[in-house]
Amino acid sequence: MKLFKQLFALIVALGAAAFSAPAMAQEAPDALVKRISQEVIDAAKTDKEIQAGNTKRVLELVESKVLPHVNFQRMTSLAAGRFWRDATPEQQKQLTTEFRSLLVYTYSGAISQIKDQKLEFKPMRGDLAVDTEVEVRSQVLQPRGEPIQLNYRLEKTPSGWKIYDVNVLGAWLVETYKGNFAAEISKGGVDGLIKALSDKNKRLAASAAKTVKKASTSAL
Amino acid sequence: MSRLGKRISVLLLAFGLAGCAATPRNPQDPLEGFNRAMLTFNDKVDQVALKPAAEVYQSMLPSFVQSGVGNFFGNIADIPTLANQILQGKINESLSDFMRIAVNTTLGLGGLLDIASEANLPKHSEDFGQTLGRWGMAPGPYIVLPIFGPSTIRDTAALPVDLKADPWSHVYSTRTRNIGSVVRAIDQRSVALDASNLVEEAALDRYEFVRDAYLQRRESRVYDGEAPPKKRWRWPRAAEEGGGIHGGAVPVPEPSSEPVVETAQNASSASPAQHAHAPAAPPDDAPKISMSSDGALK
Repeated sequence: MKLFKQLFALIVALGAAAFSAPAMAQEAPDALVKRISQEVIDAAKTDKEIQAGNTKRVLELVESKVLPHVNFQRMTSLAAGRFWRDATPEQQKQLTTEFRSLLVYTYSGAISQIKDQKLEFKPMRGDLAVDTEVEVRSQVLQPRGEPIQLNYRLEKTPSGWKIYDVNVLGAWLVETYKGNFAAEISKGGVDGLIKALSDKNKRLAASAAKTVKKASTSAL
Repeated sequence: MSRLGKRISVLLLAFGLAGCAATPRNPQDPLEGFNRAMLTFNDKVDQVALKPAAEVYQSMLPSFVQSGVGNFFGNIADIPTLANQILQGKINESLSDFMRIAVNTTLGLGGLLDIASEANLPKHSEDFGQTLGRWGMAPGPYIVLPIFGPSTIRDTAALPVDLKADPWSHVYSTRTRNIGSVVRAIDQRSVALDASNLVEEAALDRYEFVRDAYLQRRESRVYDGEAPPKKRWRWPRAAEEGGGIHGGAVPVPEPSSEPVVETAQNASSASPAQHAHAPAAPPDDAPKISMSSDGALK
């Protein structure tokens, strides 16, 4: 228990230090992740439409709060692996767009299930002055079951730290999608993968539209 | 063997053989044909029996009853967890889990209330497969077991130990024991309902998604979220042939994953999966580590 108190104090100190450094041109990566996570969770808990299951509202929330801080191109290129180089710039662009949509739908699905979970951040390792890539580690504490491990990999860009990989329960997103991507590409090339992704996104969009209708009628 | 048992065995065999007819595409998953068939079989059982039961359970029973059931079996599961923590030599966690069991059994009314979690004694979950992994055994090929679900060769070998160590299996009355096991299974399924729906949405190919996520998660659990040590006992195979689920298939170093390797040295919190997608890793850190699921059967 004492260890936890020390940990908590460290997190608070870290957070305070991150905020009390106005000279730092960019927000520190763990402060950034903490801030957007807290904003998303607060919005998800208070917004009635989101609680009712209105996926469109969740998507809007994700688009405004989270997406500006994610580097989807790097994520897509890592997931595509060696096939990225073989794709034309046009294909790369399409692939990034489709993968981004899929991730947004999936992430929004997770957000709409937030009820009374809490976030807890672990102290960040690494030297911010030197590192251009860091890992921010956190846990989602839920009333039932073990805490859910949630880690982020961020890279330093001129426009701030950007997330390029996420780890849920020990599985990195990029690593997990690599197999799916490689299988689709071996079946139908990069275009086959793009088509598979866009078909999936159309299905997800259709079911999202249904939840909008359901939520607005249930909120009446 | 009973007639029902015979019928089930025949069904499993049929599924297995049907699966084996397909040639495996992925050298890292030598049992892919069998595994795909097993996953399909498990999905059918889930779809027909377990998921509907879990949905009814979740909608009909008041949430405090569901929590009580979950806490009760969770407390029982803490006992083998404690044993495995001790076997792994994790002193802090052993003490913490011992306190968990003590507090929950006494103050928590025989385990119905999970007071320990609120007292900052977090819930752990250890099994003998993780203990073997901690002792240095690599996971081995991916295998999907009927009913039990995704596993690895190492964890399948450890399964009999886990089954024997399950305190609930030693309950004297057969009827109570069986009813309890069924209720426990339904409760666990109900907790995972939302997550399983999410996987349906997220995955392009469900089999591969489940496999890759499972293998990463398994190794993360063995090392409790930290990076694995350098030396590990490995299943006998040509160690140089790729490391990780996709490592072997990438002959040319990817430029964008080089910095990831550097970070693996700097930020010591690198997860095991990181080693898998950096084929240009330095020699001692080689792709030999973690999820090579190839080859013991070759």
